[in-house]
Amino acid sequence: MSNVLDVKNLDVTYPAKGFGKTGFKALNDINIHVGQGETLGLVGESGSGKTTLGRAILGLAPVTAGSIDFLGKEISHASRRERRDLSRDLQVVFQDPYTSLNPSMEIGQILAEPLQIQGLDGAAATKRIAELLDQVGLPSDALHRLPREFSGGQRQRVAIARALALSPKLIVCDEPVSALDLTTQARILDLFLQIQKDTGVSYLFVSHDLDVVRHISHRVAVMYKGEIVEQGPASQVTVNPTHPYTQRLLMASPVPDPDRQAKRREDRKALLASQAKLANA
Amino acid sequence: MTTTPTAAATHGAPLVRLSLLQRIVRNPIGLTTSIFLLIVLAIAILAPVISAFDPAATDTDNLMVGPGGAHILGTDSAGRDILARLFFGAQTTLISAVVVVVTAVSIGVPSGLIAGYYGGKFDGVSSWMANMLMSLPSIIVLLAVRAAFGPSILISMFVFGILITPSFFRITRTAVMSVRNELYVDAARVSGLGDLRIISKHIFTVVRAPIIIQSAMISGIAISIQSGLEFLGLGDSAMISWGVMLNEGFRNIFINPMLVLWPGIVISLTIGSFALLGNALRDALEDTQKLSSKSKKVAAAAQAEVDHSAAPADAASHLLSVSKLSVGYPQGDGSLKKVVSDVSFHVDKGEVLGIVGESGSGKSQTAFSILGLLPGNAKIATGHIVFDGNELVSTGEGAISQKAMTQFRGKRIAYIPQEPMSNLDPAFTIGYQLVRPMTEVLGVSKKEAKVRALKLLDMVGINNPERVFKSYPHEVSGGMAQRVLIAGAVSCEPDLLIADEPTTALDVTVQAEVLDLLRDLQKRLGMGMVLVTHNFGVVADLADRVVVMQYGRVVETGDVREILRSPKEQYTQVLLSSMLEGKTPMTMLTGNAKEQ
Repeated sequence: MSNVLDVKNLDVTYPAKGFGKTGFKALNDINIHVGQGETLGLVGESGSGKTTLGRAILGLAPVTAGSIDFLGKEISHASRRERRDLSRDLQVVFQDPYTSLNPSMEIGQILAEPLQIQGLDGAAATKRIAELLDQVGLPSDALHRLPREFSGGQRQRVAIARALALSPKLIVCDEPVSALDLTTQARILDLFLQIQKDTGVSYLFVSHDLDVVRHISHRVAVMYKGEIVEQGPASQVTVNPTHPYTQRLLMASPVPDPDRQAKRREDRKALLASQAKLANA
Repeated sequence: MTTTPTAAATHGAPLVRLSLLQRIVRNPIGLTTSIFLLIVLAIAILAPVISAFDPAATDTDNLMVGPGGAHILGTDSAGRDILARLFFGAQTTLISAVVVVVTAVSIGVPSGLIAGYYGGKFDGVSSWMANMLMSLPSIIVLLAVRAAFGPSILISMFVFGILITPSFFRITRTAVMSVRNELYVDAARVSGLGDLRIISKHIFTVVRAPIIIQSAMISGIAISIQSGLEFLGLGDSAMISWGVMLNEGFRNIFINPMLVLWPGIVISLTIGSFALLGNALRDALEDTQKLSSKSKKVAAAAQAEVDHSAAPADAASHLLSVSKLSVGYPQGDGSLKKVVSDVSFHVDKGEVLGIVGESGSGKSQTAFSILGLLPGNAKIATGHIVFDGNELVSTGEGAISQKAMTQFRGKRIAYIPQEPMSNLDPAFTIGYQLVRPMTEVLGVSKKEAKVRALKLLDMVGINNPERVFKSYPHEVSGGMAQRVLIAGAVSCEPDLLIADEPTTALDVTVQAEVLDLLRDLQKRLGMGMVLVTHNFGVVADLADRVVVMQYGRVVETGDVREILRSPKEQYTQVLLSSMLEGKTPMTMLTGNAKEQ
């Protein structure tokens, strides 16, 4: 089975501001791949570069070295015209459902936009939009409403519907549930799983939350300071990690039971102590 | 975000969206000024039809006739009909305004769009040019133009339009820059939308409103400049315009002051109308809802019905006792929108109470009520907050008694906010921000306060207290900033600590450290603590007892093990079942993905 996405030796450096300063290297030698119908979870803390990696694949961050192969085509420096063709197969869902939808456009217009770009208009577009609303569980009368009339979870459904509009092969999901409440997060995660089951789409799922990534991913890559420190099956990386950083990340996440959490606290302290000893040795 | 508050709007009738025109017409000022300006426009267009006299025809038999008679407003020094000249003068005035606005918009808006969207060299050059234009004294430029091109008011207005271009350029550029990096613009780029389509569909909508407002304002300014130039005798005296009339009238002001009055009135009214219309447009576009004085009275009446039955007898035995607390915000129609209803709980000395809920549950509003930090328009409708035997709610005001509060806040009640960075003032060093409250509130000397601050920074686990003490907030990380705020909160060794989502903005590894710190300090100082959070993991880590809230009400209260292991209420069960920890990966959590 060939991969949908193959990223090899990818570097991203943001240009320096002013003379004589070196740029900021946000990503260093990244190697990941995503198979068909597969979810790769990308987990890391703020500043780790996980969002930049997603943006580089989407053409929103400056690639300085390495290659991004998408469906067998090198896309790291795709032109705007090539991007337009790519958008059929490569889509995005952003973190913030409040700023990712244009506040002055009706839901119907938002969903029609990607269709129009691909030349789908009129009755065919209307039919597709109705399908999409049904697929993400929004009422059909949502068409003529503005984003502000919806809650965060519903807006994220609109953003997911927009990403699904052209039946893409890969959706880059950039922290799509981080801004949502717990119960809403559960429903949206269910929606992602259901859509993958129905359409066979692949996800690159970026999140800071190890629990979320464990739940939704087949494989997981852990990012730390612009590099991938550990990569492998979700059941291994998120349960028995081998890299010290991933171990710290796992132990830092609190569990919803006082006694188990007390135990986890002790385990975490022991882990930190043993890691400190190793570092000093 | 909970789905429920908006769910009603989604399933009910669609929200009524008033068009801009409707909103302006509903505003008395907007209505009056638009009617006046429409009348001026109609007069300008219909001047040849409605005017009884030729405005240029001199009548040497009737020089400076007073109002009344055949010449309704009288005649000027050359015997010309004043009313006819006012009618025809409106043409010149409006054309001048149009020339200025069209010139300024057609140069300023496109250049502002390009500069704001692409930035780079074009932005640099055009911003420099805008600055240069703004630094030119416009009256001198206009005088020079007149000297060079003759007394044509249209040329003057065109040049004035160029001079005023920067105001449109800057508005457009700022508005575009603020949305250029919005995610919806990124989403459009990912869709492969061209720059032209992105600008016209996603960006131009943002600048439309400010441009309309600015155009109205600039029209008024243009008319005042045009009239001013003509009044000074710098216009084309062969043209019929209000400014020229003003100039001629002024020359004869001692013979017939009325000659100045008429053009003066119409000029003032027109300029004033444009300025007020600009304000009305701004109000309409920003769609601000103000409480009318009538509904304020109703709201005050609603507050008078407040139930303040006595606090429960055992209130004094707890460190903090909140009983039957209701908090609401007065609405435009006079009702009270309750965000907290009938909430009761208590905290004992040395105990940690977790308040859990989703957004909109009223958990933060409850915490803010205890601190007396609710917004000014919030009303405590019912209930009591008793801290260590002292009633904090002032019955008459429907709010926390600030007098009662000042003796506790910062001394015995401390607060840790959610966003560490926005709660530190970027203009002062961290040291100053720690020392200042100690000298003010605790009355210790500056020197002693510094010693204590360094000790506190050390206590909250900061490795190099001296360096952090001298740093500005932007020089430290978010986790460090939260440690600083915790240091500030415990500086007075409070009896009660109120922490509002203290770790939500932090990375998970930092969260674990801050939780360790909070637990350690709470034990060491024996503080009572109210911990507001949405995270059950944080609750499990710190809390002894838990209050679960939804829609401003308490759903369930109990011991932490009881609530987390065997919740009785369905809502708590739903919340806990949404936790991902311990679930089988890749399985449905709610049973139905499409269910809202």
